[in-house]
Amino acid sequence: MDAPIHDIRLLIALLAPLVGAGLVMASGKKPNLREGISLLAALTMFGTTASLLPAILAGKTFVFPLFKLLPGLSITLRADAMSMIFAVVASFLWVLAVFYSAGYMRGLDEHAQTRFNACFALALFGAIGCAFSDNLLTLYLFYEIVSVVTYPLVAHHQDAESYSGAQKYMTYLTTTAKGLVLPAMVLIYVLTGTLDFAHNVHTGILPVGVNHWIVIGLYVACILGFAKNGLMPFHNWLPSAMVAPTPVSALLHAVAVVKVGVFCTTRVMLYVFGVDTMTALHLGMPTAYFVSITILAGSVIALSKDNLKARLAYSTVSQLSYIILGVALLNPTGVEGGLMHIAIHAFAKITLFFCAGAIYVATHKKNISEMSGLGRVMPWTFGAFALASLSMIGAPPTGGFISKLYLLVGALDAGSIGILLVLITSTVLNAAYFAPVVYKAFFGKLSDEDAHHLHGEAPLAMVIPLCITAVISVVIGLYPNLLLGLAKAVF
Amino acid sequence: MTSDCTLSLLIFSPLAAAAVASLLRSERALRVWTLLATTAIALVSLPLFWRFDAGSAAFQFAENHTWIPWLGVHYAVGVDGISLLLVLLTTIITPLCVLASWTYIKKRVREFMIALLIMETAMLGVFCALDTVLFFVFWEAMLIPMSLMIGVWGGPRKIYAALKFFIYTMAGSIMLLVAIIAMRLKTGTFSLPDTMGYAFSPGFQALIFGAFFLSFAIKVPMFPFHTWLPAAHVEAPTAGSVILASVLLKMGTYGFLRFCLPIAPLATHTFAPYVLWLSVVGILYGGFAALAQKDMKKLVAYSSVAHMGFATLGIFALNVQGLEGATLVMINHGVTTGALFIMVGMLYERIHTRDLSQAAGIGSKIPIFAAFFGVFCLSSLAFPGTNSFIGEFLVLAAGFKVSKILVICAIPGVVAAAAYMLRVLQKVAYGSEDNPDHSGVKDLNLREIATLVPLLFFVLWIGLHPEPLLRVMHTSVVHLLQQTAR
Repeated sequence: MDAPIHDIRLLIALLAPLVGAGLVMASGKKPNLREGISLLAALTMFGTTASLLPAILAGKTFVFPLFKLLPGLSITLRADAMSMIFAVVASFLWVLAVFYSAGYMRGLDEHAQTRFNACFALALFGAIGCAFSDNLLTLYLFYEIVSVVTYPLVAHHQDAESYSGAQKYMTYLTTTAKGLVLPAMVLIYVLTGTLDFAHNVHTGILPVGVNHWIVIGLYVACILGFAKNGLMPFHNWLPSAMVAPTPVSALLHAVAVVKVGVFCTTRVMLYVFGVDTMTALHLGMPTAYFVSITILAGSVIALSKDNLKARLAYSTVSQLSYIILGVALLNPTGVEGGLMHIAIHAFAKITLFFCAGAIYVATHKKNISEMSGLGRVMPWTFGAFALASLSMIGAPPTGGFISKLYLLVGALDAGSIGILLVLITSTVLNAAYFAPVVYKAFFGKLSDEDAHHLHGEAPLAMVIPLCITAVISVVIGLYPNLLLGLAKAVF
Repeated sequence: MTSDCTLSLLIFSPLAAAAVASLLRSERALRVWTLLATTAIALVSLPLFWRFDAGSAAFQFAENHTWIPWLGVHYAVGVDGISLLLVLLTTIITPLCVLASWTYIKKRVREFMIALLIMETAMLGVFCALDTVLFFVFWEAMLIPMSLMIGVWGGPRKIYAALKFFIYTMAGSIMLLVAIIAMRLKTGTFSLPDTMGYAFSPGFQALIFGAFFLSFAIKVPMFPFHTWLPAAHVEAPTAGSVILASVLLKMGTYGFLRFCLPIAPLATHTFAPYVLWLSVVGILYGGFAALAQKDMKKLVAYSSVAHMGFATLGIFALNVQGLEGATLVMINHGVTTGALFIMVGMLYERIHTRDLSQAAGIGSKIPIFAAFFGVFCLSSLAFPGTNSFIGEFLVLAAGFKVSKILVICAIPGVVAAAAYMLRVLQKVAYGSEDNPDHSGVKDLNLREIATLVPLLFFVLWIGLHPEPLLRVMHTSVVHLLQQTAR
């Protein structure tokens, strides 16, 4: 493997959202300027990140050291294939989300839009920081930054419901991070003298001869500690956080926040513990079965929800665990499937949330039972919703099919019929909670009142981004090479 | 002996400044003069950081003169890597205290400034003294101006708080004096460095350890000797709280480092496990007590008990990381808690209450205040990238080396710290749907921003680049551990 290359672009990509947030705050109450700055920051971040792609696909790694705290303990940036899967997706979707949120927030005439834009940018700062972390400390730092800066977004409405949702959000996330990840991190530092990630997925960084039970304890603390990954039993913050405005739910709870969670979890599984250690201690299959509970339970709960955003939230809880499940299979196909699902789920789920927001702006409806026949009023929105649902279900030729295929093959490679059954059952459940929404929208009867009042789609600023993400959800299945290339470079 | 008189200059300049202050008539002149004097002292002290030879464990900038010949008492001062940092903390905090009292203190300004300056002399004296009697003299000298500060300029229950503070500390001091005399009878000297080299019998060590421990544990304060602290903090004026939290508490932990460890090493090793558990109890107790507070000063006071628990945990882990971590926790607590007390004081000047529910939602009216407050709250809960994180990280790492169970038991305290600080931050920044009316409240002015900026600088500098501090203390810490290993 080549020696890592120092590259300032990592810092530029990291600072773009931070500087953007500062400028947004300074822009005061001028909406066009504010959204212009957000867009510029998003484009800068996406452009710099994307410019790293060719070299990384060619097997290179970039690093950029920032601060050295103690021996073996530093704040350092690193971009490798695994970071790029998350970084490119998050930065690209931010560009679309800028347009979408402008449409949504203006459409509903929301208050505190400056704070909203600034915190949005800061959340992306945290997310890209996680993606570009070179060690556990940097990862933890940005993970905590994401928790803190998204509080104002979740509590945006500043009413009793959003305060209690936001409080739950903070309580779950900081308790698990401080109570589990922090001590695990300190103990790993005591055992190894460093927190730097390994340079491949095999070796991990823990020295041989550490007591097995300590390693298992550390592992469990890391898996559960990054609670943004939505794993049960610490998943409850996610549905509560849905009180946030929909663009927040979309970007943060389909892309940034939850993906930070699974990214951190899988990064630590692969680059701190390593496939070899996990195989030696037989940690893979128990993890896979443990997350299977979340996959199935999340889907079942989603079935019972009539509120569209709540259904999507539980769908997210369930789908995130696919990613961890893939990695826990500990074979190349499984890991590739899991990591690809980071991107594939992001595109599909952001589309679904975008649709939920568009429906709300155009009709002020939140519940699925009230959406009967709306597909004919808002064909583009519900068309996009249908495409993204297909991807979530895993139907060919969408992106979801590719990742699910890899997961299934990975499960077979691992010789586990049990996991295979879990994947199949959950596919059926996915279909069961998504299909009725689409079916009712297109084939249900439009109520007389709706037929009278509704005039069509949400503003273009919202409809165009959701159509783009929906199309990408499909295209990614037809041309998966870029994503596959990155995923294959990881293992 | 080299004749560098910087330390004496530092110690006695505040006293001289106090003498000048006693002649000044106008309140404004008094404030300006005290600010100038303390700032000048801070500026004189700063070069010590670079002049200090980090490679040597010896006491530097040392002076030694006979003071009371027939008793063998010397005026001996000097600093090592640990006390140097505490000296700098003191000189930097004091001018900020003057700034924080600018409008807060309205009556008896002259007396207040004089008390503050005498405090500075006493505090610097404690950290520099290398003679046990001299140490004791400065230690006691601190007591009266501090009690006065609480008793004269304090809140409604100031007399009760001042008395409680006085009696507690006095009780500890007597034990200290007894131990000092007992050591003198054994060794024939009051010199601190000489006493450190003396091999006392295990039984005697246990006795003087007990005496030292009691006296310093009250000062820290360690659970269960902490009850004077919330009372003193709540009643004290802002500058008093800041001095108390930032510097005075450090004297307890400094005492452990200077007396318990090197003078009674055997007893230290014997009693360390108990002190470690007591520290964990302090971390938990302080954390959960803070969680229940409505008065912001009380909340910060209880958080101090928890933070100082980390300091004692690090000290009695008796390894390099522990001692370095503990020293960093001491400095960090001085910076962060000092800043929080200053900010609570600023809030009090605006809304005349420290009740958290009365402050709800005020942040949206005064955004600059809210931004500073946010950073210091995050620093207090040891957010990564801030100063406290490094200190706590080192202490937890040191704790793991001693006992994993111990650290795991302390973790709920860490979580509680996040909980109570984020709760305060949430209340101040957002509150709830029915916030009290804060219209007309003014944001921070330039003087107030100037008070906070130096502390903000230290929060980030230590948080992101702690290496210079660790380098300065490293050799001294290693030397101290060698002395303790005897």
